[in-house]
Amino acid sequence: MIKAPAIIGLLSGLVVNVAIGMTPWATALAGDNSTLLPVIPPALEGEQCVEPTEVMRRDHMRFLLHQRDETVHSGIRGAKHSLVGCIACHAQSDAAGAAIPVNAEGQFCESCHGFAGVSMDCFECHASVPARQQALGTLPRWMSSPAVAVAHTSARGAD
Amino acid sequence: MGGARKSLAEQSRRHFLAKAGAAAAVGLAAGVRFMDFPKARAATGAVTDNQRWGMLIDANKCADGCTACVQACNDEHGIQSHGNASTDAQWIRKVRLRDKAGGRESTLPLMCQHCEEPPCVDVCPTGASFRRADGIVLVDKHSCIGCRYCMLACPYKARSFVHENLSDQKPWSPRGKGTVESCNLCVHRLDENRGRIPACAERCEREGHRAIVFGDLNDPASPVAKAMREQQSEELRADFGLNTGIRYQNI
Amino acid sequence: MATAHNSVGSIRFSVIEGRGAAFRALLVGLVLVVAAGLWAAHRMQAEGHMVTGMNNQIVWGIPHVFAVFLIVAASGALNGASLSSVMGRTLYAPYARLSALLAIALLLGGLAIITLDLGRPERLMVALTHFNFTSVFAWNVLLYSGFVLLAGWYLWTLMERRMNPLTKSVGTTLFAWRLALTTGTGLIFGVLVARQAYDAAIMAPLFIAMSLSFGSAAYTLLLFAVFDWSGRPLDEDLVQSLRRLLIVFVIAVLFFVSVFHAGKLYAAEYQGFEHFLLLDGGALTWLFWAGQIVAGSLLPLWLMLWRPTARSRPWLAAACVLVLLGALAQLYVIIIGGQSYPLEIFPGKQVIESSFFDGAVLHYQPRLPEFLLAFGGVAMALLIVALSMKVLQFLPRPGSAD
Repeated sequence: MIKAPAIIGLLSGLVVNVAIGMTPWATALAGDNSTLLPVIPPALEGEQCVEPTEVMRRDHMRFLLHQRDETVHSGIRGAKHSLVGCIACHAQSDAAGAAIPVNAEGQFCESCHGFAGVSMDCFECHASVPARQQALGTLPRWMSSPAVAVAHTSARGAD
Repeated sequence: MGGARKSLAEQSRRHFLAKAGAAAAVGLAAGVRFMDFPKARAATGAVTDNQRWGMLIDANKCADGCTACVQACNDEHGIQSHGNASTDAQWIRKVRLRDKAGGRESTLPLMCQHCEEPPCVDVCPTGASFRRADGIVLVDKHSCIGCRYCMLACPYKARSFVHENLSDQKPWSPRGKGTVESCNLCVHRLDENRGRIPACAERCEREGHRAIVFGDLNDPASPVAKAMREQQSEELRADFGLNTGIRYQNI
Repeated sequence: MATAHNSVGSIRFSVIEGRGAAFRALLVGLVLVVAAGLWAAHRMQAEGHMVTGMNNQIVWGIPHVFAVFLIVAASGALNGASLSSVMGRTLYAPYARLSALLAIALLLGGLAIITLDLGRPERLMVALTHFNFTSVFAWNVLLYSGFVLLAGWYLWTLMERRMNPLTKSVGTTLFAWRLALTTGTGLIFGVLVARQAYDAAIMAPLFIAMSLSFGSAAYTLLLFAVFDWSGRPLDEDLVQSLRRLLIVFVIAVLFFVSVFHAGKLYAAEYQGFEHFLLLDGGALTWLFWAGQIVAGSLLPLWLMLWRPTARSRPWLAAACVLVLLGALAQLYVIIIGGQSYPLEIFPGKQVIESSFFDGAVLHYQPRLPEFLLAFGGVAMALLIVALSMKVLQFLPRPGSAD
């Protein structure tokens, strides 16, 4: 037999949980939408992304996973879904013209990944700023798009 | 037998364990559903085994005390010292030798030998260490779990493990903490198909020593194939039967 | 308040009372060591392996010594179960559950150390889904996981009365599986042709002998500890049987070690390494002779065979402890000794200069995180045993054994 105190306990627990869970939307319910969704800085280069936004939002991880195999195992670089290509367009610059890493707070990758709570370890290995045109001579052809022609220096200090 | 009478505590304990096990199984199954794994490789534009990249290194031409090749490699791949020689990565290193019988000294650069039968590929549990179709032995750092078994297996101690957090990586040479790496014959340069050669060979040529000759072993007209046809060359530890892509002269 | 029990045949099992302050203190102590191990693993993951003494020359260190020790001992700890279920020795029947429990716990402890020491432990799922079947290591991942599941199933056949008829077949499969597992563990080193210290198929049977010896010693110590500290009597026939088995197993290990080194000494190719290990290696030579041979093999044999000490339980316990210490020495010699000796890349040449330590004997200086991780794994294994005995019925009730 389910007793009354048990029912009251369950229901109040449910109410408290829902109330706490709704707090992110509290400001939205009050009419202010500014903290509800991630704010993604617009790309500096190009008119549109290599894929439509809805496709990218849903599938960018699949493109990257597939592309990385193509690059590492088959040697195909500079393809449509290359990570370097993403960074070349989507990296922001600060006032002095230096590149800001795309996984820094509020930047392109982190703005959504932080919101969704999905960690990514790409930039433990991959450079998070566009390639420099510097003393090592010419960049590889697959990196020499107009997007990387902007002079950058890394703004990252220690981790 | 004594089984007919089960105590209440025993029954509830079994009950609990059964429920917990079921819950864990359901949770595990749900979790597995959310994971996505890398897809199979495509074939268009891929490298093939028409080419086999290799080098011929002449120890006579290698200058004593010169480390241009090492410098070039470090510059190209963004390899920096972190203050501890035993944990610093070394994709290429200079070695000085003395013949035990005759006393003759020589010097040469040593790097991953890009074997045709690489022991490091055989032992890698995830298949991260692999041999590309064009002969380059690489680590796919997306799959590398950092177990370092390949480092134990390599007869040439060619591999390095990244012991610290890295930053400012070169965009064409991703490197990161917790994975294993080694000379990749500057694969990013080779993939451009613009005739660029590995940084070590390029720098040695520029310095005037020309100790490192790079090219396509499968192309009879390439400088390395010609040199190997005309001159004596040897593999390091040929007795292992690895058929390396890097050959030496005048050790 | 009645102690829960179930029974197999005429044997009745119960949980450990575990209400005393000593038991609680034991649990707290083990939890603290496990926590220290986890902290060390976190540091290694956050800052990289530079916080350890492992480097590009000595790539496997103290954590691996302890992990391989735990894994090898896990396989051997099943002896009690194998003797009971596979070979039909009823003397061991009441103690089969503890045997399987110890085996699972030791293996999990070893796996925990190995996994947490990985450069990329968060990629464990990659290791469990991408297999390169030419790799002995990959085979071992399957063998280790399968062992835990199979041993768990075996325990179930023991503990669930309706499953009892399956005990023999599952136990036999488990027996074969543990031989495969130990062979695989030995071959991790045996297939490394590049290193003079390895490159020997005999490492497979050597590791099987080691597992029998280490596992028996660990199992005996566990029985002594559990029964003595909970005030239960332990069958004298069982103790003597364990002693006689351990004598045979220690001799077996000595045999395989001798053949291994004699074989290598015979070939000129390996004499450099053998000279280094047996005479010239400083701390390693001490560990081999004093640690592995004398303390780990000869002294325990003497204690178990010499009349004044042979029938004494405290001396048998001492012999078991010595065997386990000798085990650690042996694995240190195998794993670190094998990496300390330089690779022979240029036969006939002497390396006089190299920035990557070619040609030189390498010295390993372990640091705190490695020890904490290693001890954490051991503590985790013991914690699993202690907690499981409190929750499920592993102990035969006093006077209920045949």
